Amino acid sequence: MKMTTKTTTQTTTTTTTKRVVCYINQFFAGMGGEEQAHVPPLVRPGAIGPAAQVQSLFGGEAKVVATVICGDSFYGEHLEAAREECVRMIGEFKPDVLMAGPAFNAGRYGVACGDVCAAVTEGLGIPAVTGMFSENPGVELYSPQVFIVKTADSARGMKDALGAMTSLARKLLGGAPLGAAEEEGYFSRGTRRNFFYETSGARRAVDMLLKKLAGTPFSTEYEMPVFKRITPAKPLENLEKATIALVSSGGIVPRGNPDHIRVSSAESYGIYDISGLDDLTPDEFESIHGGYDRVWANEDPDTVLPLDVMRELEKEGVFGKLYDHVFTTTGTGTAVAHAERFGREIGERLKRDGVDAVILTST
Amino acid sequence: MRLELHKVRIENVSWGETTEVRRGTLSINREEMLAVAMEEPRFAHAELEITRPGESVRIIPVKDVIEPRCKLSGPGEVFPGFVGGTCTVGEGSTLVLEGAAVVTSGSIVAFQEGLIDMSGPAAVYSPFSRTNNVVLVVEPVQGIDQHSYEAALREAGFRLAWYLADKSREAEVDEVKVYEMEGPVKESFKYPHLPRVAYFCMSITQGLLHDTFLYGADMKHLVPTLIHPNEKMDGAMVSGNCVSSCDKNTTWHHLNDPIVEELYERHGKDLVFLGVIPTLEDTRLAGKERTSSFNANLARSLGADGVVISEEGYGNPDTDLCMNAAKCEKLGIKTVVISDEAAGTDGRSQGLADATPEITAFVSTGNVNEMVELPPMDRVIGHDGSISNLSGGAEESLREDGSMFVELQAIIGSTNELGFSRIGARWV
Repeated sequence: MKMTTKTTTQTTTTTTTKRVVCYINQFFAGMGGEEQAHVPPLVRPGAIGPAAQVQSLFGGEAKVVATVICGDSFYGEHLEAAREECVRMIGEFKPDVLMAGPAFNAGRYGVACGDVCAAVTEGLGIPAVTGMFSENPGVELYSPQVFIVKTADSARGMKDALGAMTSLARKLLGGAPLGAAEEEGYFSRGTRRNFFYETSGARRAVDMLLKKLAGTPFSTEYEMPVFKRITPAKPLENLEKATIALVSSGGIVPRGNPDHIRVSSAESYGIYDISGLDDLTPDEFESIHGGYDRVWANEDPDTVLPLDVMRELEKEGVFGKLYDHVFTTTGTGTAVAHAERFGREIGERLKRDGVDAVILTST
Repeated sequence: MRLELHKVRIENVSWGETTEVRRGTLSINREEMLAVAMEEPRFAHAELEITRPGESVRIIPVKDVIEPRCKLSGPGEVFPGFVGGTCTVGEGSTLVLEGAAVVTSGSIVAFQEGLIDMSGPAAVYSPFSRTNNVVLVVEPVQGIDQHSYEAALREAGFRLAWYLADKSREAEVDEVKVYEMEGPVKESFKYPHLPRVAYFCMSITQGLLHDTFLYGADMKHLVPTLIHPNEKMDGAMVSGNCVSSCDKNTTWHHLNDPIVEELYERHGKDLVFLGVIPTLEDTRLAGKERTSSFNANLARSLGADGVVISEEGYGNPDTDLCMNAAKCEKLGIKTVVISDEAAGTDGRSQGLADATPEITAFVSTGNVNEMVELPPMDRVIGHDGSISNLSGGAEESLREDGSMFVELQAIIGSTNELGFSRIGARWV
């Protein structure tokens, strides 16, 4: 289980000077405009172009040890090669943080900054910060992985952008705990993290309601998620020949829970062979679900996973065949992302094995 | 309706010869209190433990937390339907041992109980890390079913909370707080220009160890109704829940409802507080439809302009939350909802099991799945092995040295959806 970025906020402050590498394009390196956009990655010692301002903003806290420069067209047209070369060059300087851009509204530059930041974060395990205008395509592509500070649409906003980027970098280097995206001025990485507000939830709710009633602006603390709508499969045409599977989020597992499925917030599911069974007996099966009273499910596990009835119907010829495995998990507090994965994986397997229909039992 | 809360601040708890409060210390005659607990024939064995804020103590598994209260004057008795009769409460005066709590624990009832750490990193999340706790640890008689065990433990908690307050009638009162308000009609006439606000207190009423009681009545058999906010302070609503501990409304939370407190404070200044609508979270779709329609209709009948809606639990109650908000908004009644999120251990999953565009004002009380590291405590009251069976825990949660790596939801009251604490999930 990962603590995600939390580790970066927990590092203690040290007095040693941090090492910074900057990434910029050919234009900000003073090499030229579009006619020089084809230049491959190269490295210059010290701070070049906007990196000089980064140096002055950091003061004695950090030193810009090198500036890596790459033409925007080169990066865009040779994505993998450019990425690999840039990461190698950056890595040689053993930096504590990478500062890329800011790219403002320059699309190719934004993508290059986002890509190099993502690669450095992953490959070198150090924080990386860039800056872009909200409409830069790099925002949508890289904001889930990369810290992208919100900037103006052109270099007129350079001073503010570098100020915000440096302040965020300081926090990522362990200077202070990282705040929420809205407060720090970066694009959210699509991650929710717990914070303590100034006031209680109850007070915030009454404040928000009074604003809503007065018709004055207020900001919700969570925008409603949009759910994917799955079109249901067509009805079965021939039930007598159909193979049917049982899938349940009711937590029925072999006694002892051999796959250690969690009682709530499950991150896994189990697959159990029922080919030789006509009934789920309490000697062999139990419910480990943490969200409902299991008394009756444990007296008769078929209550939740109705194998007994399915076998009877199978024998009567109501449907063709019962699929020989059941899939179970505990559906309580399960993160939607995990639930989606379970569904996709189970669906793929059932389809591969020629199953025509599924009975899903929930609790 | 006027209710005075006579608050006695409890700074310490200790064993003593008599049960009484002296200079901020709640002294308890252990044998006498134990005898009150053992009036319950369904207990084979019971122990009482005490613990104070700041101590290296972990209490696990915790079922309910109850603040000691008793009536000093006025009709009825606290926890009507259990300790008191069924006469309506909320008038006269009530003694409150503020800063003390009865905590019910024991061998696990069901999977959804929680833990309290009296110090360390978990202490910031739970109000019960800051109370002086008297913990009842029980073993039920053999062969008892879980439903009877739950009832026995629930009722014992109320009895003990009343016992502690009852023995403290002579204590010096630190503060008298007055809550006075007429019914919705008279108050609306008094302040004709202020917006009128009702409060839906959504409660888990799913049966099967997931119940809330109103005047002793099992709420799952009721339709939503209206109570005066003072009634909550006398224990009209109590918990019978073994639901995920982070966001269940313990009886203590119902007694100290922060939404009631906020709305009372703004009453006559910014708004007219119309009252509390205790409402259900049914497991069935028809029940959800019926309940939400009743709620919206009740709000409309009261002339509400706005409603504060609090959820209890997560998962299928998210649907009740959506229906309550949507139906009110369609009638032109503005809503704000308070809820936690289940965004996954990495915080990257969508946080609700259901959503509706009418919810435009959402107050977050945190991501229940966020992982927290809990260091070992010197003393464990109860049984720390039960973490493997609690929501938010897993078999690997408890390490050999007694430390734990668990989801926030294992800590009782950590993401309470009455909005008791300051926690909230935000985008990073």
